[in-house]
Amino acid sequence: MVSMLRKQEELLSKIASGNGHGENSPYFDGWKAYETDPYHPTENPNGVIQMGLAENQLCFDLVQDWLLSNPEASICTAEGVNYFRDIAIFQDYHGLPKFRNAVANFMAKVRGNKVKYDPDRIVMSGGATGAHETVAFCLADPGEAFLVPTPYYAGFDRDLRWRTGVQLFPVVCDSSNNFEITREAVEAAYEKAQEDNIRIKGLLLTNPSNPLGTYLDRETLRSLVSFINEKNIHLVCDEIYAATVFMGQPDFISISEIIEEDIHCNRNLIHIVYSLSKDMGFPGFRVGIIYSYNDKVVSCARKMSSFGLVSSQTQHLIASMLSDDEFVDRFITESAKRLAERHRDFTWGLSQMGISCLKSNAGLFFWMDLRHLLKEQTYDGEMELWKVIINEVKLNVSPGSSFHCANPGWFRVCFANMDDETMNIALSRIRSFMSKYKEAKMPVKKLCWQRSLRLSTSFRRLDDTPCMSPQSPLVRART
Amino acid sequence: MLSKKASSLCHGEDSSYFHGWQKYDSDRYDKLTNPKGIIQMGLAENQLSFDLLESWLASNPDALVMKRPNGESAFTDLALFQDYHGSADFKNKLVNFMARIRENKVNFKPDNLVLTAGSTSANEILMFCLADPGEAFLLPTPYYAGFDRDLKWRTGAEIVPIHCSSSDGFKITMCALEEAYQRAKKLNLKVKGVLVTNPSNPLGTTLTRDELNHLITFSIAKNVHIVSDEIYSGTVFDSPSFVSITEAVMDRNLEHTDLWSRIHIVYSLSKDLGLPGFRVGMIYSNNKTVVSAATKMSSFGLVSSQTQFLLANMLSDMKFTDKYMKENKERLKKRKETLVSGLKLAGINYLESNAGLFCWVDMSHLLVSNTFDAEKELWEQIIEEAKLNISPGSSFHCTEPGWFRICFANMCAETIQVALKRLKDFSQSINSKKKAGSCSRQRRFLLGKWVSMLLPYDPEPDR
Repeated sequence: MVSMLRKQEELLSKIASGNGHGENSPYFDGWKAYETDPYHPTENPNGVIQMGLAENQLCFDLVQDWLLSNPEASICTAEGVNYFRDIAIFQDYHGLPKFRNAVANFMAKVRGNKVKYDPDRIVMSGGATGAHETVAFCLADPGEAFLVPTPYYAGFDRDLRWRTGVQLFPVVCDSSNNFEITREAVEAAYEKAQEDNIRIKGLLLTNPSNPLGTYLDRETLRSLVSFINEKNIHLVCDEIYAATVFMGQPDFISISEIIEEDIHCNRNLIHIVYSLSKDMGFPGFRVGIIYSYNDKVVSCARKMSSFGLVSSQTQHLIASMLSDDEFVDRFITESAKRLAERHRDFTWGLSQMGISCLKSNAGLFFWMDLRHLLKEQTYDGEMELWKVIINEVKLNVSPGSSFHCANPGWFRVCFANMDDETMNIALSRIRSFMSKYKEAKMPVKKLCWQRSLRLSTSFRRLDDTPCMSPQSPLVRART
Repeated sequence: MLSKKASSLCHGEDSSYFHGWQKYDSDRYDKLTNPKGIIQMGLAENQLSFDLLESWLASNPDALVMKRPNGESAFTDLALFQDYHGSADFKNKLVNFMARIRENKVNFKPDNLVLTAGSTSANEILMFCLADPGEAFLLPTPYYAGFDRDLKWRTGAEIVPIHCSSSDGFKITMCALEEAYQRAKKLNLKVKGVLVTNPSNPLGTTLTRDELNHLITFSIAKNVHIVSDEIYSGTVFDSPSFVSITEAVMDRNLEHTDLWSRIHIVYSLSKDLGLPGFRVGMIYSNNKTVVSAATKMSSFGLVSSQTQFLLANMLSDMKFTDKYMKENKERLKKRKETLVSGLKLAGINYLESNAGLFCWVDMSHLLVSNTFDAEKELWEQIIEEAKLNISPGSSFHCTEPGWFRICFANMCAETIQVALKRLKDFSQSINSKKKAGSCSRQRRFLLGKWVSMLLPYDPEPDR
């Protein structure tokens, strides 16, 4: 039986039979806990609240109002059906010109119109997931590597490596300096790669950062641009959270702005990955964008976009929506405001319980510091605490190890994928857990021992390998 | 600086298949604004039945503004829906639709279906799942030019052609399969499977029972996969009726053998429903590992939730889809007959076909020599003089020069008449030039002979 299975496996590729997709990690117990017991305000008030999913659900009311007032944006209404035929046959991988124009316009607005984008450099992809893989295919051969500052979005392990054969080489950032990306850390990582005989093709930044929720200042960006120019390696900037900068915070600085002011920068090295999944809250529509300043990369990526074009129906809708300047301006402002309020309410609530977070001013999440709650300052300690959070506090949050964080005890908590009421319930659960925790600290040994015993019977033992954070596609449909 | 893939030509777009499109793009026919422009006959699109789709849309407004039957907006759920398993509702409708195309002789399970961004993505994903870099798939020639990119470019897989010949009507023979396999072996390429398009692009024919049986026998003997791209399965407008690979395997009672897990189908709504812009492709496999891996890989090109919702609604109206498929086939048949009448008037032979959106025609009699160079020359003349973009057989890796694929379903009735007249005029003009050329060659020969009789004989000419 075993040898027959092995024989069948050999008939498949190594990619299909292996674990390079990264989803076999014990991490997904958390997601399973959520899926088998999802919170619902009336039907399952004691269920697990999902706080591991970086989604922006705060501004759908604005979009729905717009849709009602703009029926021609849907090719399926009486007003829009005249477009149907032309849209249904449109499969040109250049994309609808009005779509590219609208996206270029939107990207500029998100950056306060401090930079302009050329619609002819806009290349479509199957979400940012598709964009990252395509960029990796364009820039690197199997075995070559990208430097990536930690902690980083766990999906990169699959998106950049799985089918491309490209490697990721971490630039270790530490809590001691708030996980800032220093020139020293980048240089050290580059040198280490040289010693290990790994050819570095580029540096990948997510700015604003997932999971930190912070964004880079001008000086850091300039320093990184000078670094990549010196080493003649690419710079890929994932700016997927660009419009999630909270109201009242300093302006986001895009890599585009930096290279505008730096005449010495080799623009052929600069590439941006973008998407509407976070800023607009449209992950289901699969609108990914590659914007490269390198003509050959634009050309190659465009050919590769055949493997993940944006549905023309969606292009048409997005083109209409994002061409409406008044709506876009209002959306960007209101979204920034609501994100700021939600972030403030949540982090203030936590601070009242003695829980601090990394100071952040963007993103759909915050980076929570629970090091003081760990029994031991190890990844095992982090996993134990995480299981408690899932099973007892009934919150699905993401452990730092799944983002390759160098310091155990940090957790990413998403706050924009729920309403105010759910947020308050999450806070009250944390509050009651914290008060139980404080009591439990008194007769320390007995209770802790009992708690850890119960955990080990319900979960597999973990090994030392870092775990993967689930990507949103793992969320199963409920319809 | 860039990867080898970025710098290579493996994307295949330098092929004549795509050059014709570029020429067309710079001089497009329009009845009013550019009546002398190039008519596009190189694009296998189905534009004959949009009116049916449009009238359905007009009668079903709710579905389309993303409203649920209870009147509530589905927008938020759709905007957030990125589960790579796809909409269960949509997949249920798709498997039902696929089964009805096969006259319910086979049925499909939604859990074995993986949604992808078009069949372009489906074919690439299957290669990633079934072949390691350097391993090969056998493909019968002529085959769709896009396979060179879709199957090989980023996957590193190889294609070894199965040479099919006009003397057999380009059918797949056991002999050709075996010969291709041995050729792959000589090239040190491990063969992982055979990929067929059924109905065939560019032939427009459905695979016969014999051909399907050859494939099955071959797959068992060599322990290889069969990938059947059935993207044109809904365009079978004439007999013999379509026989899916699944049906053929079941007819031999092989569904409980390990062959079953080596059968994979690729499908899409781009041809049967004429919706290539919506990027709805799929893989159907009985192999759980393939389904699982392919599902994860579909992350790189999911189907837009907005589109899944629209089409789930459309496909649930079975009365409509049955009517559409029937009417669509009738129109395709009629249009093909129009093309065929035109070909006859132009003195051009064609392969008898019963499916697809194109005809496979034989213009070898118009070649100046039986070579691919001559085919290219003829093709350039067809574009420049006849102002028709048709696709030369060499771009489909046909082994015999002179064959061309002519698409007929991507234009209105008036345009095809214009195209056929141009073809007839062109054909006559080439024929006359050929005759004149051969008369003048005959005259020169006679003259030369006569002249040499007058000149002194020189037995040692200069080298």
